[in-house]
Amino acid sequence: MLAIFKREFCAYFHTMTGYVFLAFLFVVVGVYFTAYNLGYGYPLIGYTLASAAFTMLITTPMLSMRVLAEERRQKVDQLLLTSPVPVYQIVLGKFLAMAAMFAVPVLVFCLYPVILSAYGSLSFAQSYTSLLGFYLMGCACLAIGLYISSVTENQVIAAVGSFGVLVLFYLMSGLESLIPTTAAASFLAFTILLLVICYIIYQLMKSLLVPLAVCAAGEAVLVMIYVADAAVYEGAVQKVMSMFDLSSRFGDFTGAVLDLTSVVYFLTVIAAGVFLTIQSIQKRRWS
Amino acid sequence: MIEVKDLVKSYGGNVAVDHLNVTIEKGKIYGFLGPNGAGKSTTMNIMTGYVASTSGTVIIDGHDILEEPEEAKKNIGYLPEVPPLYMDMSPFEQLMFAAELKKIPKKERQGQVEEAMTRTQIVDVADRLNKHLSKGYRQRVGLAQALLGNPDILILDEPTAGLDPLQIIEIRDLIKRLGKDHTVILSSHILSEVSAVCDYVLIISRGKLVAEDSPERLGSLMGAGQELKVTVKESRNRAESLLRSIPDVKEIRLYTEGWKEEGCCQFLVCAKENADIREAIFFKMAENKVPLLGMERVSKSLEEVFLELTEEESREKEASKHAGNL
Repeated sequence: MLAIFKREFCAYFHTMTGYVFLAFLFVVVGVYFTAYNLGYGYPLIGYTLASAAFTMLITTPMLSMRVLAEERRQKVDQLLLTSPVPVYQIVLGKFLAMAAMFAVPVLVFCLYPVILSAYGSLSFAQSYTSLLGFYLMGCACLAIGLYISSVTENQVIAAVGSFGVLVLFYLMSGLESLIPTTAAASFLAFTILLLVICYIIYQLMKSLLVPLAVCAAGEAVLVMIYVADAAVYEGAVQKVMSMFDLSSRFGDFTGAVLDLTSVVYFLTVIAAGVFLTIQSIQKRRWS
Repeated sequence: MIEVKDLVKSYGGNVAVDHLNVTIEKGKIYGFLGPNGAGKSTTMNIMTGYVASTSGTVIIDGHDILEEPEEAKKNIGYLPEVPPLYMDMSPFEQLMFAAELKKIPKKERQGQVEEAMTRTQIVDVADRLNKHLSKGYRQRVGLAQALLGNPDILILDEPTAGLDPLQIIEIRDLIKRLGKDHTVILSSHILSEVSAVCDYVLIISRGKLVAEDSPERLGSLMGAGQELKVTVKESRNRAESLLRSIPDVKEIRLYTEGWKEEGCCQFLVCAKENADIREAIFFKMAENKVPLLGMERVSKSLEEVFLELTEEESREKEASKHAGNL
């Protein structure tokens, strides 16, 4: 695992990727820092980080796009998968290398509150809470990018795919408000979701029996809940969507609130990304 | 050493490896021979744990590749069809990385890497980038990578593909030397290579093992019975009827008529199993005053055996397809 971690981390500096990544983050966050904190004298860094959060949509796919896709295209994965290292260690090694790479700019940003403290008093606890949130959100984005990189051989598709998914998650709170909260609308949305899931099962299994059974059983449950207590459906789609709402969770941190559920939320996203990546590599070996 | 039992691999409806059974013993050089798409690479990928089989088992030194992958993979050095090299690293960095992956203790790493580089003669290019290396050098770096950790088994997928003739000879010599203290399995579709390097040949066609033996015995095995090229100075019909009158002759084919010398015919005469018909032919011709100009034993080359076996297979397949249509 350590070997893979070292190789991946160094690889960012063998190519331009690492330097471009660092330069981009330093410039954008630096500009906001100069404008808000140094220019207007705003003491908290959370506001700066929240404004600069959009950079993650571009920078994290930069780190994650190559990580598995390119390797598969060049067939270097043959070396890793035939060496006496279990798949989970390969994936973890790669993820930790990305996380370490993302830690580099965050550690530099950790100096910002120190710089600001020279000009007046500020709460270090609040500042570092925001920075922790910034780092966790970055790692969550990297985990999502890691998974997307594992399903394709083309790093451009991996980058665009990760960017698309991250934009969707980033705008999730806005999208939630577009969808009606009535019970009927939610019921309809879940029915459509069920049909999509059944279609995917059908594509995977190529037999009609199981997806039809799942579809019938699922729909029966949905109808029963609707008949029994339609109020359950009110706003239910929004609840599901908010599960993918990364930016409001990040908002907690930049508001200088260290909410344990948000920390757990980001760690869960990271764990899910790593787990799905391991599964997707295993699946490819078996199919 | 390696036991492959009833191995099946299918991609969708396509069967790449079809109930393959192979036993590999220690200390020999094995050759997997087969046309393109015969399932050689797939078999090797399964043996090294890169892909999983649909059914069947691969046991390496008593460790199942799927159940105890780490233990099993420790004994294998693998050079895939395309050498797995990171293009942004130099051969030295690449090998140090591979050595760490293979869990070689830190103290021995540098020494082992240097040894592998000397054996494959890549010391000169150790600090260039992999992406700037030629195909031949990449192949050697891949081979050096497979040698790291001194594995008992080396699996090489078309190790000489894309090399120039000089490099091919060098790599072959290297493989022969390696065969002294490693078990080597290599795949190839080049017959001369397999017969030059390997102690034992496994011919694979359409995912099935169609023949296995030493290269020499495979040649004689297929041409059961003697085959002679006989040149006589006589008309075709008379010569043929004379040859036919010899009791142990099984089959006569005209090779060439009037070729080289006027009034001569050359025949390919097949004897019945284990019969030596050379003397009989000589005396028959002498009795009838037919000048016998030449007689030469023909032994089948591996090439012919290979073609015969793989074509037979496809002909059978054709036949069964037609039978199905009826």
